[in-house]
Amino acid sequence: MGSLKEYIIMRALLVIPTVFILLTLVFFILRILPGDPIVAMLGQKVPPEVLEKLRAELGLNKPIWEQYIDYLSHVIRGDLGRSMIWGRRPVIEEIMDRFPATLELTIFSFAISVFLGITTGSIAAFRRGSKIDTGMRLYSIIAYTLFIPWFGMLLQMLFGVYLDLLPIGGRIDPGLEPPHITGLYVLDSILTMHWRSLESALAHLILPSLTLGIVLSGAYTRLVRNNLIEVLNQDFIRAYRARGVRNRKIAFHAMKNAFIPIITLMGLQFAILLAGAVLTETTFSWPGIGTFLLERIQYRDYTSVQGVIVFYALFVAMISLIVDVIYALLDPRVRY
Amino acid sequence: MLLEIEDLKVYYRSKKGTVKAVDGVSLRIDRGEMVGIVGESGCGKSTLAYSIIRLVQGEVRGKILFDGVNLLELSEEKMRRIRGKEIGMVFQDPMTSLDPLEKIGDQIVETITEHENVDEETAMRRVRELLLKVGLPEDRVESYPHQLSGGQRQRVMIALAIALNPKLLIADEPTTALDVIVQERIMDILEGIKREGKSVILITHDLALASERCDRIAVMYAGWLVEMGKTSEIVKDPLHPYTKGLMDSIPDLWMKKEVKPMPGNPPDLTDPPKGCRFHPRCPLADDVCRREEPPTVNLGDRIVRCWRWANASEG
Ligand SMILES: Nc1ncnc2c1ncn2[C@@H]1O[C@H](COP(=O)(O)OP(=O)(O)OP(=O)(O)O)[C@@H](O)[C@H]1O
Ligand SMILES: [Mg+2]
Repeated sequence: MGSLKEYIIMRALLVIPTVFILLTLVFFILRILPGDPIVAMLGQKVPPEVLEKLRAELGLNKPIWEQYIDYLSHVIRGDLGRSMIWGRRPVIEEIMDRFPATLELTIFSFAISVFLGITTGSIAAFRRGSKIDTGMRLYSIIAYTLFIPWFGMLLQMLFGVYLDLLPIGGRIDPGLEPPHITGLYVLDSILTMHWRSLESALAHLILPSLTLGIVLSGAYTRLVRNNLIEVLNQDFIRAYRARGVRNRKIAFHAMKNAFIPIITLMGLQFAILLAGAVLTETTFSWPGIGTFLLERIQYRDYTSVQGVIVFYALFVAMISLIVDVIYALLDPRVRY
Repeated sequence: MLLEIEDLKVYYRSKKGTVKAVDGVSLRIDRGEMVGIVGESGCGKSTLAYSIIRLVQGEVRGKILFDGVNLLELSEEKMRRIRGKEIGMVFQDPMTSLDPLEKIGDQIVETITEHENVDEETAMRRVRELLLKVGLPEDRVESYPHQLSGGQRQRVMIALAIALNPKLLIADEPTTALDVIVQERIMDILEGIKREGKSVILITHDLALASERCDRIAVMYAGWLVEMGKTSEIVKDPLHPYTKGLMDSIPDLWMKKEVKPMPGNPPDLTDPPKGCRFHPRCPLADDVCRREEPPTVNLGDRIVRCWRWANASEG
């Protein structure tokens, strides 16, 4: 187990330069973009003296490198600063207000993508070479190349407008928000037994998480199929058959062997999942971090955008670390 | 008679054409004997072995009578119940033949419970007995395959193959991947199993090993069975020129015999030579060998497929 601990520490240390580079890039790109938070908020017609005064309040009158050093020294101490517009709330509060919405969407999309990917991939592998296999591979390619806003709108038109079955935006019907415990509406409504809230929350989740889940499942289909085919060709599968083990059980063993390497991919996919979540959230007016990020980029709210990037980077790093540990625990070859 | 194979043909379809990997093989195996099947790489030994338990990809024709039942006519479920239970199989590569994610004990238990209605506890007790029998400490039940050496894994494979007391054990190059000392141990275990009255088919390209351990030897060449007989007789007096060639190519430690490697290579099985399949490499080949396929000749308890003996037995 010693080596696993070292590995975790190494991985954690590697996060620091990654976040640092990301943050530096974002910091300067934001400032190269035309406009600044004051202009974005108040428009061009503000008298220059007022503009100058407001800029000085935000520290935007200082040379860029000074602002950069200043900001970094705060981030290192765990302080993401305050938003530069509207009420100037602390960035971390703004993020935490919206994070549960994103997390909820992410969890459901992830579950859907894994379920679809494993099902389609396994069917393809067990029927390799058949028409079903071709169909599943086609599904994988199409799903993978779908553009989220386009596909999301298609589902909105179909299920929201044409069939009028599901809501096409928002997290929950107004007034039905369950009491706040975790901020995850589905979980909170179950915990507090607000069944109507649960119903509404789930109805709102279906289309966005299906959109994101289907798009992400394409990669899993391919991977599960290829891995499983590789495992099915291995000697030990033939050895199972030679011992008269039933096909059902052999399939179980094969899937177990095929999935363990896929777990590491799940960690990597998580970054893509969050990126996809940004597009999905804006398509479905989902009040999460993605919507927040796009809004604040438009307003040049430097600190908020930087804060979200740091937060995302740390979150992705943590998830992939957890996934790696799970992998190590599941595979006896790593465990011992 | 435990196993009787009659005119077995196994053809693979490949891009290059039909591979006639086994082409008209007949042989019989008695209870309690160890039969070696020898021949160069690619002559169809493994194909023959796998076709007995119906695990070849190719198309199989002929008859495989096991305990009087033609295995080629059984339903898939009936065949499954024979695999492992009646016929055990040991593979060439012990490193890749065990599931890397399951404990040794669990793999053996699963094999037992797939065929017999026993509770886990009884099964586990049998597993411990099995491990002792193949020379592994009992606590290995808790090990994962990657924690064992190649020799230990092959012992596990044997334990798996004999877990249900099969009447026939087929071992396909069981010692090829192992060093010489381990090889001897593994062969000792197989011989022990034979002495319990089980039949063992030992597939190997090593004629020396087969002649040391087997009661009878079958020599295969390019999908044909070219010679079969008692080991002592074959070693003393090989009838087929190919068998003789194999014998001459074995280095001998004691007698300062000259080692003559056989010239040439086995033929491409998508397009085997006309006439006798061995004629391009045969020092004694004449016209008839090049033109026509030789018949299989029965000489008492010996078979040989060669024109020289066909002509001799007639005249
Ligand atoms: N699945 C397959 N498809 C096509 N051809 C095959 C297949 N399996 C084996 N063959 C061919 O059939 C012939 C016999 O192969 P087989 O594995 O039975 O030989 P072998 O005597 O066991 O050889 P070795 O000593 O190398 O294990 C070879 O020419 C091989 O290339
Ligand atoms: Mg072989």
